[in-house]
Amino acid sequence: MLLLTALPGLVVGLILLGLLLKSRGILAMKPLSALLFGSDWHPLKGGFGLFPFLVGTLWVTLAAMILAVPISLLTAVYLSEYAPRIVRSAAKPLIDLLSGIPSVVFGVWGVLLVVPFVGRVVAPLFGVYSSGYSILAGAVVLAIMIFPTIILVCLEVFASVSQDLRDTSLALGATKWETVKHVVLRKGAGGIIAAVVLGFSRAFGETMAVLMVVGNVAKVPHSLFDSAYPLPALIANNYGEMMSIPLYDSAIMLSALVLFLIVLVFNLAARVFLTRVEKKVE
Amino acid sequence: MGFRRRKYEERIFRVLMLGATAVVVGSLLLILGTVVIKAWPALKLDMILKTPRGGYYMGKEGGILNAILGSLYLASGATFLALLLSLPIVLYLNVYTRRKSAWAVQVRFALDVLWGVPSIVYGAFGFIVMVLIGLRASLLAGIITVALLELPIMARAMDEVIRLVPQALKDASASLGATRLETAFKVVLRQCLPGLLTAVLIAFGRGVGDAASVLFTAGFTDSVPTSLFQPAATLPLAIFFQLGTPFPEVQQRAYASAALLTFLILIISLAARALSRKLRKHTLK
Repeated sequence: MLLLTALPGLVVGLILLGLLLKSRGILAMKPLSALLFGSDWHPLKGGFGLFPFLVGTLWVTLAAMILAVPISLLTAVYLSEYAPRIVRSAAKPLIDLLSGIPSVVFGVWGVLLVVPFVGRVVAPLFGVYSSGYSILAGAVVLAIMIFPTIILVCLEVFASVSQDLRDTSLALGATKWETVKHVVLRKGAGGIIAAVVLGFSRAFGETMAVLMVVGNVAKVPHSLFDSAYPLPALIANNYGEMMSIPLYDSAIMLSALVLFLIVLVFNLAARVFLTRVEKKVE
Repeated sequence: MGFRRRKYEERIFRVLMLGATAVVVGSLLLILGTVVIKAWPALKLDMILKTPRGGYYMGKEGGILNAILGSLYLASGATFLALLLSLPIVLYLNVYTRRKSAWAVQVRFALDVLWGVPSIVYGAFGFIVMVLIGLRASLLAGIITVALLELPIMARAMDEVIRLVPQALKDASASLGATRLETAFKVVLRQCLPGLLTAVLIAFGRGVGDAASVLFTAGFTDSVPTSLFQPAATLPLAIFFQLGTPFPEVQQRAYASAALLTFLILIISLAARALSRKLRKHTLK
C-alpha cells in the first residue's frame, strides 16, 4: 500500500517526462521563443508558431471567467448566507448535476443555441458580422461549465467562516449584506481566489465543448466575435494527421506540455491560497 | 452611510444574488430542455438496439449500440482499475499515516495536481505510453487512460469520506487487538461503504462522459468490441462525429445520442444518491 501511495506522484512525473521527451524533437530544432511567440502556423512548411493558439486559449478562458466569477460568487453567497434551507438542499444536487454533464453535451448545446444566438442576435446588435462560432460562444459555454467548480469551492470556504463572527457583526448593527461584505468575503478571500484559480485552470484545459463552438481558425483573434483556436482544440484536431509530417507530432506534444505546465502552475497557486485559508481557520 | 442607502445596497445585492442563482439553475434547465426537445424526433428504439449499418453516417439505417456498449465497457474497466489503485492509497493515507505527515501531504498534493490535469493531456500521455509499449488504439489503451483520469477523482472523493471516520472508532478497533490492516478493511471500509460507492459512481460517470482522453487511445469502430485489444467506440465521440457530418438526419441523431448520454449520467448520479442513502443504514453513527 505504501508503494501504491507513490503512484500519484509517479504519474505526475511520468506525464511531465513523457511530454518532455516527445517535444524534444522540436525544441532542438527551434528556439523556444519562436515556438511560443511566433504566429506562423504552417506545419507543412515547417512553421510551428503556437502564439495564436495560446492567445486564443487566453481570450476564451478570460472571457469565460469574466462571465462566470461574479455569477458564481453571488450564487455561492446566496446559497450559503441567504437561501432558506429548502432552496439550499434543492440547489445543491442541481449544481452537482451541472458539474456531471459531459463536455460533449455542453458542446452540442452550444452549437444548437449559443452559436446561433451569438451569430444572429448578439453580433448584429453590435453591428458586426459573426458566424457565431466565436470566442463569445466558447466563453458562454465554458462559463456555465465552471459555475459548479467555483460555487462548490466557495460554499466550502464560506462554511468554514465561523458563525460567531457573523453574529458579532450583526449584533453591531451591520446589515446582512454588510456582514457578508466585511466578514464572510474578507475572511474567505484566500479561498475565493483559490476557487477562481481552480475554475480558470479547469476552463483553460477544457477541450471538446470549446472545440465545437469556437470556430478553430489559426489566427490571433481581435474581438470577441472572432473565431479562435485554443490549444486543447489544436491537440484534439490534429491527432490524425500529425504522424505523417516531420516535427508535427513533436509540436503537438509540446502544446500538451505547455498546457500541462500552465495548469500545474495554477493548481500550485490555488493550493498555496487554500493552505493559507486552512491555517487561518485553525 | 445613511440608513436608507444601506438598505438599498442590501436590496440591490439581494436581487443580484437571486438573479445569479436563477442564471445558474436556468442554464442547467436550458441545456437539458434544449437537448431533449431537439432529440425527441430522432429518438427511436433502433438507436439503442442496433449497431451502425453501412452508410449510417450518411443517414442510412442503424443505431449507436456499439458506442453505448463501448462506453460502458470502457468506463467499467477503467473504474475497476481506478478502484483497485485508489482504495489502498486512500486507506493507507487515513489508517497508516497521520494527517500532517509529510508523506500524506505530498501524496494528497500529487492527487490534487492530477485532478487538475486536463483530459486532453491524459489522452496525449496515454498515446505516448501506447506507442512506447506497442499497443494500438484499443479498449485496453482507453481503459488505462481513463483509469488514470478517474484515479484522482475517485481518490479525492474517497478521502473526503474516510477522513470523517472518528479517530475513536479506529482506536476502539486497535484496542480490541485488530491490526491496522484489519482496522482498515473491516472497520473503516465498512463504515464508509455508502460514501465510497458514491465516489466510485462519480468516477464512473466521469469516465462515461469524457471524450478528449479516449480520442487518441480507444479508437472508433462500428462494431461492438469482443476483446480488450480491439478498438472501441464511445458515446461522446459518437456524438461528436455524428454532429460533424453535413447531413441533417445524422446531426439529429447526434442530438438524440446526446440526450441518451445525459440520461445515462442522470441515472448514474441518481443511483449514487439512492445507494448512499440506502447503505447508510448500516453505518455506526
